[in-house]
Amino acid sequence: MARIDIRNVRKDFGTFTAVKSSSFTIEDGEFFMLLGPSGCGKTTTLRMIAGLELPTSGEIYIDGEEVSQKPASQRDIAFVFQMFALYPHMNVRKNISYPLVSQGLPRAQVRQKVDEVAGILGIRDILDRPIGGLSGGDRQRVALGRAIVRNPKCFLMDEPLGALDAEFREHMAEELRALHDRMGATTIYVTHDQLEAMQMGDKIVVMNHGVVEQFGVPQEIYDWPATMFVADFIGSPPMNFLRFEGMVGRGTAQIMLGEVPVEIPELIGAAHGNLVLGVRPEHVHLNDSAPYRGQVVAAEYLGTTQIVTLDTPNGVLKARISASEPVKSGERTGIDFDPRTLTVFEAEKGRALISHANEGVLGRG
Amino acid sequence: MAEVSLRNIWKSFAGQVALADLSLTVPDGAFVVLLGPTGAGKTTTLRMVSGLDKPDHGDVLIGGRPVNALTPAERNVAMVFQQYSLYPHLTVRENLAFPLKSPLLRTPAAEIERKVGEIAEMLRISHKLGNKATQLSGGEMQRVSIGRALVRNPDVFLMDEPLSSLDAKLRADLRIELKKIQANSGATLLYVTHDQIEAMTMATHVGVLDGGRMIQFGPPREVYENPVSIRAASRLGQPRINVLPADLFGAAPDGAVTIGLRPEQIAQGEGEGSLVTRVEHLGDQTRLHLSFKEHDLITVTEAHTELKPGDIVPIKPKKPFYFDASGTRID
Repeated sequence: MARIDIRNVRKDFGTFTAVKSSSFTIEDGEFFMLLGPSGCGKTTTLRMIAGLELPTSGEIYIDGEEVSQKPASQRDIAFVFQMFALYPHMNVRKNISYPLVSQGLPRAQVRQKVDEVAGILGIRDILDRPIGGLSGGDRQRVALGRAIVRNPKCFLMDEPLGALDAEFREHMAEELRALHDRMGATTIYVTHDQLEAMQMGDKIVVMNHGVVEQFGVPQEIYDWPATMFVADFIGSPPMNFLRFEGMVGRGTAQIMLGEVPVEIPELIGAAHGNLVLGVRPEHVHLNDSAPYRGQVVAAEYLGTTQIVTLDTPNGVLKARISASEPVKSGERTGIDFDPRTLTVFEAEKGRALISHANEGVLGRG
Repeated sequence: MAEVSLRNIWKSFAGQVALADLSLTVPDGAFVVLLGPTGAGKTTTLRMVSGLDKPDHGDVLIGGRPVNALTPAERNVAMVFQQYSLYPHLTVRENLAFPLKSPLLRTPAAEIERKVGEIAEMLRISHKLGNKATQLSGGEMQRVSIGRALVRNPDVFLMDEPLSSLDAKLRADLRIELKKIQANSGATLLYVTHDQIEAMTMATHVGVLDGGRMIQFGPPREVYENPVSIRAASRLGQPRINVLPADLFGAAPDGAVTIGLRPEQIAQGEGEGSLVTRVEHLGDQTRLHLSFKEHDLITVTEAHTELKPGDIVPIKPKKPFYFDASGTRID
């Protein structure tokens, strides 16, 4: 198993830069998510780790060995694609055996390994079935089996669940994570689905326009986004942005939304002009006696919780509150924020100002 | 717009029963979402209304008029599928205008232009009107497909997982958009999905299908808070409702075989101890995987819980659901 180091990796396609100088580290045994919208460079990054693309500059270390200019075949990794590329004319056993047979492994050993992998994946009973009649889930398991059987240093997965329907995707996500926990293999997983990333990942890299926006533990990225892009991309509904003008600096612990003072975590960074107060929906509370006011535009029922959309003088605000709290469209209400959870952004640069609350996460870079 | 009624519909394919005595009324102006596992009969129901399939028995009525004998074209319904079906050689503008250019409608050119512009604006594809359909991303193509249904004035819109091929962000945006369009236009909409969030947030009524039967029909809140059976209860709620032996937490009502607990029906900090086996941080909430007397259950706790695998949390049911041997709710 392997630790992977990405150092200042860049990839140009002609005049287009797909990945701009990116660096991050994947620790041995981690389930690591590359997250971002389409075109952000996440798949290109994965393909460079795999050796399917060679970086224009920068280094990639797998277990300390620099491999950035080596072909895929010399890297000892296994790639699982979104569209499971199985050999349709072979049965399950032959599909899984294929990588071993082509390595010239003795037949008895191949048999034993395939059996072991089939056991891990729970597909022993379909080993002699043709690929044609398998369900989507079983095909996915066979594709995984073919990747696992070689015992590679690292698994690379490019939206392996993207083609599945919602319900089944959730089931396979749990299965994949459990499989990872049993095998402990370093896994790099590309997805555009933030919930999938939060749910499965030990660490997440969030990319946008070829740039690494933030890198870290899911809950920390969620709580303390480095940029407005991350704040908006992660979370459903995403972080609210209340726009205001003002000046803040070291020691500022309160801002003004119009006439209303709002407590924030004490700032270290400074900025003035167009600023943004970032607040997650679950940290917005409706409280009739609060001085900051808004009007309820809509309430979306979600079972345990509901999402209430409010119009405020500083923009649209969504609150996630208990479904049992009565809310009526059109009514005006007071709004409270949990002061410990707030982030102030500079609007133009889109970057979070460092505060005593987020410096532990953002100070590390 | 019009009410849609299905009355005692039976349909089999090669001996396999797809719909078994299915009845459903989509009230005029309602947004009805059909939920159910693969093979429950959701898409077949939609095809009955569209006329792409005909029932073996039973009647389909649109606006009170029996339409069994009518072809899809004669039914005045608009369909949107998961796989966008655009004319690749036409531009976005031409694709959107196509349904209006039908000789039957005789829509004036200026009117077509106005409607296409309006729809394109609403779906945020105005800047792509001159592009060929093949030059669009998947999300854009799907928005054009939805737009093409919207430019007409059909009696009913039929949509089969129209958002499932889009990425999460776009899906969330279009969810709100579709709901708004439906609410403002008063359109009658029958919508099929796997995604319960789509059902919960958009539907005026949810129809839960299982094995070709309608097992519950009502507003999302009613179906969530007052499910008639385990199957209905399992369709809504994330994480899914926990179904456990009825007497696991003590005495159960007569006839109860299982107890159903949604996360909000599990009180934490009181009752008997359960073992934390996994803690899943999802940002706004944290999921606790618990082991209680050899049974696994999943519940939700506050996002920044200090709990770790190996910790013990006391739990106790709070206004639980009970179900009998057939999975039917007992009060």
